[in-house]
Amino acid sequence: MFEHADLAKLVFGRLTWDAIPLHEPILLATFAAVVIGGVAVIAALTYFRAWGPLWRDWITSIDHKKIGVMYVILGLVMLLRGFSDAVMMRAQQAIAFGDAMGYLPPHHYDQIFTAHGVIMVLFVAMPLVTGLMNFVVPLQIGARDVAFPFLNNFSFWMTACGAGLVMMSLFVGEFARTGWLAYPPLSGIIASPDVGVDYYIWSLQIAGVGTLLSGVNLIATIVKMRAPGMGVMKMPIFTWTALCTNILIVAAFPVLTAVLTLLSLDRYVGTNFFTNDLGGNPMMYVNLIWIWGHPEVYILILPAFGVFSEVVSTFCGKRLFGYTSMVYATVVIMLLSYLVWLHHFFTMGSGASVNAFFGITTMIISIPTGAKIFNWLFTMYRGRIRFETPMLWTVSFMVTFVIGGMTGVLVAVPPADFVLHNSLFLVAHFHNVIIGGVLFGLMAGITYWFPKAFGYRLDPFWGQCSFWFWTLGFYFAFMPLYVLGLMGVTRRLSHFDDHSLQIWFQIAAFGAFLIALGILSFIIQLLVSFMRRESLRDTTGDPWNGRTLEWSTSSPPPVYNFAFTPIVHDTDAWYDMKKRGHVRPLAGFVPIHMPKNTGAGFVLAVLSALCAFGLIWHMWPLAAASFTTLIVATIVHTFNYDREVYIPAEAVLLAEDARTRLLASHV
Amino acid sequence: MSALDIDPARAAGHGTEDALDHDTLHITVGGYVTGFSLSVILTAIPFWLVMAKVFANPTVTTFVILGFAIVQIYVHMVFFLHMTSKAEGGWNWMSLIFTVVLVVITLSGSVWVMYNLKTNMMLPSPEQMRNMP
Amino acid sequence: MSNSTATVALGAAGEAQALRFYDSGEHHPENGTLLGFWLYLMSDSLVFASLFATYGVLGRNYAGGPSGADLFSLPLVAVNTSLLLLSSITYGFAVIAMRRKRQGATLVWLAATGLLGCGFVGVELHEFANLIHEGNGPQRSAFLSSFFTLVGTHGLHVTFGIVWLLTLMAQIARHGLIAANRRRLMCLSMFWHFLDVIWIGVFTFVYLMGALP
Repeated sequence: MFEHADLAKLVFGRLTWDAIPLHEPILLATFAAVVIGGVAVIAALTYFRAWGPLWRDWITSIDHKKIGVMYVILGLVMLLRGFSDAVMMRAQQAIAFGDAMGYLPPHHYDQIFTAHGVIMVLFVAMPLVTGLMNFVVPLQIGARDVAFPFLNNFSFWMTACGAGLVMMSLFVGEFARTGWLAYPPLSGIIASPDVGVDYYIWSLQIAGVGTLLSGVNLIATIVKMRAPGMGVMKMPIFTWTALCTNILIVAAFPVLTAVLTLLSLDRYVGTNFFTNDLGGNPMMYVNLIWIWGHPEVYILILPAFGVFSEVVSTFCGKRLFGYTSMVYATVVIMLLSYLVWLHHFFTMGSGASVNAFFGITTMIISIPTGAKIFNWLFTMYRGRIRFETPMLWTVSFMVTFVIGGMTGVLVAVPPADFVLHNSLFLVAHFHNVIIGGVLFGLMAGITYWFPKAFGYRLDPFWGQCSFWFWTLGFYFAFMPLYVLGLMGVTRRLSHFDDHSLQIWFQIAAFGAFLIALGILSFIIQLLVSFMRRESLRDTTGDPWNGRTLEWSTSSPPPVYNFAFTPIVHDTDAWYDMKKRGHVRPLAGFVPIHMPKNTGAGFVLAVLSALCAFGLIWHMWPLAAASFTTLIVATIVHTFNYDREVYIPAEAVLLAEDARTRLLASHV
Repeated sequence: MSALDIDPARAAGHGTEDALDHDTLHITVGGYVTGFSLSVILTAIPFWLVMAKVFANPTVTTFVILGFAIVQIYVHMVFFLHMTSKAEGGWNWMSLIFTVVLVVITLSGSVWVMYNLKTNMMLPSPEQMRNMP
Repeated sequence: MSNSTATVALGAAGEAQALRFYDSGEHHPENGTLLGFWLYLMSDSLVFASLFATYGVLGRNYAGGPSGADLFSLPLVAVNTSLLLLSSITYGFAVIAMRRKRQGATLVWLAATGLLGCGFVGVELHEFANLIHEGNGPQRSAFLSSFFTLVGTHGLHVTFGIVWLLTLMAQIARHGLIAANRRRLMCLSMFWHFLDVIWIGVFTFVYLMGALP
């Protein structure tokens, strides 16, 4: 019935052999490395017969602790990719002056800075933050799991599939060349007819669904599943920041979904939302995307603030100073984050009144953050400070983030921003707050909670190496960018004519090299800690003399977290229990109700990714079939009412007895 | 013991059982009928106002029908969605207020910003657009 | 039963205050499904807010083509609105039947709701088909793009609601009005009424205001 060529066109859409970048040596080398690495991983899994346990214990797990670990692993793996993009850019910008064109043509360079931004914000920072919240919050509130465990698993796999789509764009087709927010009309179908922007749209939509559902999940968890006696003003401060973060997620991500849908309608159906003709207005995209984009950066930083609160309190041996004002500051930041978005496009021309309003609100929002810094300092004052690795990250954060915040207040002034918008000053500012704030917070959090997750601490020496390389590297890499920005250098350029700028870019490249050493030190730290794990073993479950409930469990906690749900009497509940002489129950355990593992989340996420792939490549039969299967599979899943299992009392007794022996052996 | 007996809410004996079965939600036939009748009236009047061109000034009509819409949304919240400030420990109410605030900011903020952008950036006016190819 | 207690003697009165740190027996946290679904609806409101904002900004960009006044048939919209409003009350009666534990009546009222919903979607599809046939599809102008997207997104939600309703009817028929199904009925109830709330916004903001000069 069909001609051969017609059938191929129908099935494969615009996917042809040309999509594989055989003529790009960097990509080919990367692909070879990935294939070799992938084969090695598959071989290892087969050799150790780990496929079964991988599926049963990890892929299908609805345990918030395992899901949290998987999120963090995803974030760290994507950090390697995002950082490679950064290194490539630094190298190019260090050498491409005058006649020297560097090694990256603009066509490639533009994809790199786009991918770098998308990956770092959405597939490194978001998963790491979500992973920490997932792991820690149920433990901190004395719960056994999150409110919707299956949804949690599904959310993770959606994020992972979004990341997978971005990675796939390296080897099949190409990525967007529009910058990480893909403004039209550049991202419209006329200027970007290729698959790059479609990869961008669908990977973000899929990951966005995962994140949104995760937001609903964690809010319901914190509202409904706190231990008896834990009123909201007795919650750990990390749980408070997690609550506000997830409220921001639920309130902001729908806007991203909507605006990307409108862009995809422009590209697929020919609507005129953001076109230059037939009534479209590209500025509306910028407006909507930043209504999402600004709360997004607060989604990234609030959990980091929560980490610092926990770390400062623990390693200074003192209750956090000003708990109430910290809570209020967090809530005020959450509310105000919706009133500042226009500061991302002061120069788009909305006029003095509008710019003045948003400039003022932006400056106001720095005040509660300042209050937090003072509270941390006052907590440290007269405390018995222990400079364990998490505390090092915290101190560096306080200095670095304050600098970044100050440059933020600088660009919050519209006339100043007219000079500095889209310059390297802006790039330096946001890296200053994201690295100094979010990344340092994540490193502190990972180091702090690692023993809880895996039963042994991370090696302190390599942790300090990583810390120093990161801190010094950050300053070498980004302080020159402030200078360059003030001199007027624009962002996202792959080549410059003015040789006098080169020294600054070379210093920045050196900084990137130091950061690379920092990442390498972290990887070494992971390996060394694993090899030395017996000497770093956490036998008590409370290696730092912590103050919150997660430290009352063993390291790692049993699958049910708490044999008996704790009853809370005060803030810093675990510290309160230790102070008042609690006794760990040794008998009388009851069967515990837990949700069952399921593969449904993984299956639905993969189907979504297949549908996305079909839509990207215009493979309509694939898209239609996978979408239909997705709907049917979802409906079938809802017919499964058998989602729970009981852990028998004997199993609980065995686990608790094992812990009793471990505690005794430590003494 | 079938899987359905391990239904957590039933095993727990509280939670949604209370919310669904006891009359804390005040779900009655009369409530629905009242809500429905009010909605019919609050829909019919705006339609009549526009279709019969009752007010000469369209701006007045706009504000009046917007007012009716807000009232009808409130009727739906109370009579159909059983929204009270007590539901789910007050969290439903708080999240609704928060969402309403954000919706207002998104709508009014976008319109304000975009109006200023259009004016300053000299995009074609609607009249000019009507005459464009 | 083994409670873990710590005894603290208080003051001269010698009272012993037993501080319990552990909840003996099985702890059942409150079910979060209804709250979770409500939160999802709040997020959906923001999707619609973005679409309303887009319509508000681009809704007068006719690009030389027809305006709302030229295209909208208010009598048809009145019919649609009535169908949706009726479906809200039939769903309400379904919920009442559920609370009276009457499975058959619940299914009947659900079926009525589904039929009214199908009527709503049918009328809307008819309206869209006519517009497209006359050359006034979503590609014609930014006004029409935002019209089709806003109204169409609402219609898509109603369609998903009908699919969900049919699924739930099958599940009630199979398992009866167990707690899980009652929870699902309440979630769908919230969804259905929420869509009616959005429709109030649509017919006011799009159709009625669009028909004004």
